[in-house]
Amino acid sequence: MGKRTIVYERPIAIRSWATVAGRKEGRGKLAQYYDFILEHNQFGEKSWERAEQKMQQYALELALEKANLTASQLDYFLGGDLLNQIIATSYTARAANIPYFGLYGACSSLAEGFILGSCLLDGGFGRRTAVCTSSHHDAAERQLRYPTEMGVQRTLTAQWTVTGSGAYILEQGQGAWQVTKAVPGKIVDRGISNSSDMGSAMAAAAVDTIASFLQDTGGLNDLDYIVTGDLGKIGYEICKKQLQERGYDVAGRYFDCGMQIYHEEDQDVHAGGSGCGCSAVVLGTKYLPLLKKQGRGKLLLVGTGALLSPLTVQQGETIPGIAHGILVEYKGEGVS
Amino acid sequence: MEQCIEHALQNREKRLKKLQEMDEKTMEDLLQELRIEHQHLIADEAAGADGAEQRYYQDLLEQNENQSLLIQKKIDRMYQQQTKLVTPKAPLTKNVIRAFFVGGMICLLGQIIINFVMVRYGLDFKAASPLASISIVVITAILTGFGIYDEIGRFGGAGSMVPISGFANSVVSAALEFKREGMIYGIGAKIFTIAGPVILYGTVASVIIGFIYYLMG
Repeated sequence: MGKRTIVYERPIAIRSWATVAGRKEGRGKLAQYYDFILEHNQFGEKSWERAEQKMQQYALELALEKANLTASQLDYFLGGDLLNQIIATSYTARAANIPYFGLYGACSSLAEGFILGSCLLDGGFGRRTAVCTSSHHDAAERQLRYPTEMGVQRTLTAQWTVTGSGAYILEQGQGAWQVTKAVPGKIVDRGISNSSDMGSAMAAAAVDTIASFLQDTGGLNDLDYIVTGDLGKIGYEICKKQLQERGYDVAGRYFDCGMQIYHEEDQDVHAGGSGCGCSAVVLGTKYLPLLKKQGRGKLLLVGTGALLSPLTVQQGETIPGIAHGILVEYKGEGVS
Repeated sequence: MEQCIEHALQNREKRLKKLQEMDEKTMEDLLQELRIEHQHLIADEAAGADGAEQRYYQDLLEQNENQSLLIQKKIDRMYQQQTKLVTPKAPLTKNVIRAFFVGGMICLLGQIIINFVMVRYGLDFKAASPLASISIVVITAILTGFGIYDEIGRFGGAGSMVPISGFANSVVSAALEFKREGMIYGIGAKIFTIAGPVILYGTVASVIIGFIYYLMG
């Protein structure tokens, strides 16, 4: 449809989901909605990496439990995280023992997984697939920035990597929540090279994706929510402004997941949350239930990713941003 | 084909003179044009037989790439200007006062230790001063282990990073972080990831200064 938008022909439903969040997130705005909150970010494991993996597996098992399924009833497992070589997801896939595609879209991995998973189901290559992403603050921090106990002042543009994981089960067939359209992202790089200012590096990509979607589908009227993954406060402002310049007045229906997780004042997170886990936990705890509460509605989730490598940032290269969009519609409980 | 492209390039060169006044959409369109042209040129260059012909295409390619770069830079600059407008400024006064306070307190602690050991144990200043440094390093290491120093750092910024305690914090935090990778590849290899530059350039600087001292007799 249009230049870039995919319309799925078969109905694809989000059958169930589960979210697991870290200690700090568990004291944030969405505290009462998580399925499980870690007591300590180490989750009883000996390393942050193992903790992240366990968290992801936990989320997947909870999601399966809710859908009354077992892992063997899944045809595919799609997922990603922020660790080098997306190792946490690979270990989860090892435990789940189903065909696996590892994705790396940085913080856009969830939306990327939704698009590809829906494509697989729409093409008739399977009946059910799991999409699962995670991120862990301490594991990401030590890989991308400084050791966790190092006393540094974070800049005001910096975002806080969310410790959390979300697992979603997609199924071919009618259901309350349906994935109906998608818009794959293009790399947009506006020459930002500061790795603690990822919001502005990604905002341009988000604008590009949202504007293409609106152009292809005929404007805003149809949409109830536009939700970006993790632009943070600064990226959010830029994105909103740029969309307005292009003639899309999104005020009132545009939100950012990164700004929904923490209490801004007391939790000292500066620009907001980020990471693969960010959109994964907010979609499941806030926006899907919100659609249900309203009885109907359409939501465009735009997963935004800063595809940076710490190595090239040190070499002075710029940060390529990407944004994948999926449209989720709530059709009501009746149809299933 | 190539004449056509050459012509297009020249035309565009003229239009680019007015780059400052262009809006984003026009520039995006120009970029798209340039991308298509680039592709044609690559194909022509690959098919081109002799050296002279290839050089001609390479020349056109270079022009093409320069034009793209020019437009891209302009788009980037516009975007970055917009970004600056919404980026909050760091509260300079507040940060400076905090840094001054925290840094001052650490130095005060050092001075207290020096005075204490000089008066109490009768050490001379030359012996007391390293003792103060060592004490502060040990205290910082312990505070880092308990996760207290990173809170101080968050508050004090440069005030807690510049004194020797900042150095100790960077070493201990790296050691804590990488201990899971083992004694050799973890702690051994990574303990000085942050402090390494300080050690290296500190040593180099001391060698140079020592040399100057020597020359001055």
